[in-house]
Amino acid sequence: MSLHLVTITVMNSLKVKNLQVLDLQPWSLELMAGEVIYLSGPSGSGKSKLLRAIADLDQYQGEVALALESSQSMPGHSWRTKVALVPAESAWWGALVGDHFSRYELPQLQQLGFDEEVMGWQIDRLSSGEKQRLALLRALASWPRVLLLDEPTANLDRDHGLQLESMIDGLCKQQDVAVIWVTHDREQQRRVATRGFQIVDDAVCEVKS
Amino acid sequence: MNLISLTPWDLGLAASLVLMVALLSANMHLGVGKQLLIAGLRTVLQLVLLGLVLKLIFSYVHLGWISLMAVFMLLIAGREVMARQKYRLRGWWGFGLGSLSMFVSSFSITVIALNVIIKVEPWYTPQYAIPLLGMMLGNTMSGIALGQDRLNQTAWQQRQVIEGRLMLGWSWSRSIADIRKDSIRTGLMPIINSMAAAGIVSLPGMMTGQILAGTEPMEAVKYQILIMFLIAAGTGFGTLVAVWFGSRRLFDERERLRLDRLKTS
Repeated sequence: MSLHLVTITVMNSLKVKNLQVLDLQPWSLELMAGEVIYLSGPSGSGKSKLLRAIADLDQYQGEVALALESSQSMPGHSWRTKVALVPAESAWWGALVGDHFSRYELPQLQQLGFDEEVMGWQIDRLSSGEKQRLALLRALASWPRVLLLDEPTANLDRDHGLQLESMIDGLCKQQDVAVIWVTHDREQQRRVATRGFQIVDDAVCEVKS
Repeated sequence: MNLISLTPWDLGLAASLVLMVALLSANMHLGVGKQLLIAGLRTVLQLVLLGLVLKLIFSYVHLGWISLMAVFMLLIAGREVMARQKYRLRGWWGFGLGSLSMFVSSFSITVIALNVIIKVEPWYTPQYAIPLLGMMLGNTMSGIALGQDRLNQTAWQQRQVIEGRLMLGWSWSRSIADIRKDSIRTGLMPIINSMAAAGIVSLPGMMTGQILAGTEPMEAVKYQILIMFLIAAGTGFGTLVAVWFGSRRLFDERERLRLDRLKTS
């Protein structure tokens, strides 16, 4: 049993080694399967840039690997299927919500207060909160192993925020999804994450609690 | 058919009409008079120069000279394609891609037309080769410029959408597919329009020239149809090549969107 657990943990762990973007000092991190960490720092300090680099959307120095497989060992799009970035502001191109989903049967839909009818909704009529929740849901449709969430509750009221937190918690516990969560909210940091990192000046430092 | 040769006096008369427009514009402060005169002067100088060069080339039929002329035309057209784009690829790509696609389409189609369709002997006879190539270059140039301009500009504006798709694990090609399609359509629109309107709304320039120079109308029509089809094919292939490779160049080997490869003019 314990051997089995260890294998799964190694299989899904995200390894970041000497990652460097902008003028930040190299950052290394090992994220276990099912683990959630938070990342915070003043705006413009490079949080989003770090996430973009891990998702391989920007050029970067260093190495990123998932389950011992380097991001460079597979095509960019395969990597991004496994390591999904959900940006603070989502882009929508189709007329209907369903145009953006690769599958409609998502158990998480209900957990965020939607049902399958949402696929027929018009994008123009969505509130910013609905857009934010749906942007997260569409990313889940491709079974990512790692989620990079950039302030995922910024546009949500407290109840919807808590709902989203518990949905993510379920994903981590049941499907071993690992999460890097950008948030400034101390309460939220305590609620969702086991450890945290903060950008201070030009370094990403682990927060000692 | 007898060809009525134009005297300098005839051209001078036509020039005086243009001069009148320029004077009128100066009086009304339209501000285009100077431009009009300069453009008119350029027409005279460039065409006379072309006439001299053609006369020279027509009298020494040699593949080397004709190739040199053709390459020169291609390079000018490549520069023109680049100059017409608001956002263009940095470095040699901006110039190279336009020129390459025109080379692929205009050159190959002109050579095919000379060898297989017109069957002139030798195939590089300059009376046929140079005007044909010129017409091909001129028209594919607009198609390629329009297509590339649309591609780069839309990619620039829709950056969030393209990256949003990449984040969902879409491939680079799928992420930009609709923009690519739209750009190709934009590049092909002018030739589709001019084929549809040919002979009804507009009398094509080449045919007009031929008829004025004394060619029998049906002969002029046949050549015009040939030219139209060649241009359509050339513009089609050229735009496809330019937009396909142009869209590939907007992404790197990791399928990241690389708008830093574009610069604004």
